Amino acid sequence: MEALLFERDTIFAAFWMTIRLTAVSALGSLVLGTLLTAMRVAPLASLRGAANTYVTMMRNTPLTLVLMFTGLGVGAQLGVELSDDIATNNFWLAVIGLTAYTSAFVCEALRSGLNTVPVGQAEAARSLGLGFTKTLGLITLPQAFRAVVAPLGSIMIALTKNTTIALVVGVGEASVRMREMIETYGDQVLEIFLGFAAGFVLLCLPMGLLFGWLSRRMAVAR
Amino acid sequence: MSYANLYEPPGPRGIRRNRVLAAVVALVLLGLAYVVYVRFDAKDQWAADKWTPLLRGDVWATFILPGLAGTIGAAVVGVVLAGLFGLLFATARLSDHRWIRVPAAAVVEFFRSVPLLLLIFFAFFGSYMLIGVNISAFAAVVFGLTLYNGSVIAEIIRAGVQSLPRGQSEAAQAIGMRKGQVMRLVLLPQAFRTMMPAIVSQFVVLLKDSALGLIVGFDELVNRGLNGIAANFKNTIPAAILIAAIFILINFSLDRLATRLSTRLGTTR
Repeated sequence: MEALLFERDTIFAAFWMTIRLTAVSALGSLVLGTLLTAMRVAPLASLRGAANTYVTMMRNTPLTLVLMFTGLGVGAQLGVELSDDIATNNFWLAVIGLTAYTSAFVCEALRSGLNTVPVGQAEAARSLGLGFTKTLGLITLPQAFRAVVAPLGSIMIALTKNTTIALVVGVGEASVRMREMIETYGDQVLEIFLGFAAGFVLLCLPMGLLFGWLSRRMAVAR
Repeated sequence: MSYANLYEPPGPRGIRRNRVLAAVVALVLLGLAYVVYVRFDAKDQWAADKWTPLLRGDVWATFILPGLAGTIGAAVVGVVLAGLFGLLFATARLSDHRWIRVPAAAVVEFFRSVPLLLLIFFAFFGSYMLIGVNISAFAAVVFGLTLYNGSVIAEIIRAGVQSLPRGQSEAAQAIGMRKGQVMRLVLLPQAFRTMMPAIVSQFVVLLKDSALGLIVGFDELVNRGLNGIAANFKNTIPAAILIAAIFILINFSLDRLATRLSTRLGTTR
């Protein structure tokens, strides 16, 4: 217990990094995931093909490899520099990797949400003279969103846990701190593990409850 | 599923407009690909000598095949143990006895909410302090995969059993089966049948997660393939593309298998 108390400032700092990574990547993947969903149902075959290929590739590649690629490929080889500060640069590289990966899952969830919207909704929209963008943006996609709040919640919880893998691009979040602490305070391994685990339970449990409540509130009565 | 109900079938003008748009989209995508190509080219990643090593037998024998063996080995052991763990805890959570049900629920919920990497670190770096031996990276990875994916599988199986009509267990009890028999002979086989696609998808997750082993130095595909090859030939990009392709190929086939299973078992509605 002493180790956890003694190091509580650095532990909070590490979890604060976890929270920031999660929040920024969550926002990014919701935007990119929505865009990908729109592409996947678009009238243009080239857009559908591009989005389909992207989603299949991302879903079947380990996140570790995606993040290694953002670090080594995008960072070192493409020479993308997002900040002069190396820590900030690594943070944004991790956000890129996590967003690229998570948005594929957001897209899958949203697409299955579109399937739950009755055909008549889109047909009614079209008969009013709405085009593709308006039918999707005003009628079907909002309903799809409300149908998949719970699965989106699971994806966001998975994202929170996945931020631990950001350590491969050199981001000092919770898992890095836990490893350092196990090495420093070898006699308190169990307490340290349970402490960090409790941190994630504290982050994920309210998220699960929030999304559960939201999904009941937002459900479209049919 | 087709989404053609989202737009009118285009008329002559629409077809022309769509063609123009398709060309624009193709140009944008090609432009993007070109920028990436040029940037990687500046780092010499397309040079023939970066790609030819990937075709050499000794490169496959030293890096890719052992890496693949590591990944598949961890995944297979993980699948078996996670399956057993899932079966055990699903049954325990469905028990009539509160003292079995509640602790089992706590265990499952705990391992579902702890990041896999923390479990692996705990096992790998903490094992000496806890049990007096340093366990191997393989064992640490399998430990994490079993507990995390096992908990998820437990939930999948439990959902499957709960989705069965109540009459199934009532009928089994009516013909005099004991609780164990009801579960083993009537409920679990049916739950497996409906949940097989979900279980296979979870195995895809497990296979992908085994790549976390790289962080504790386990010789799996990303570690051997990406780090190992790139260290020798400085060909990060070609190596990464090859490794990703292998993963996508394996997982895509597993995905297909899950779809086939669900149509075969008549569980798609």
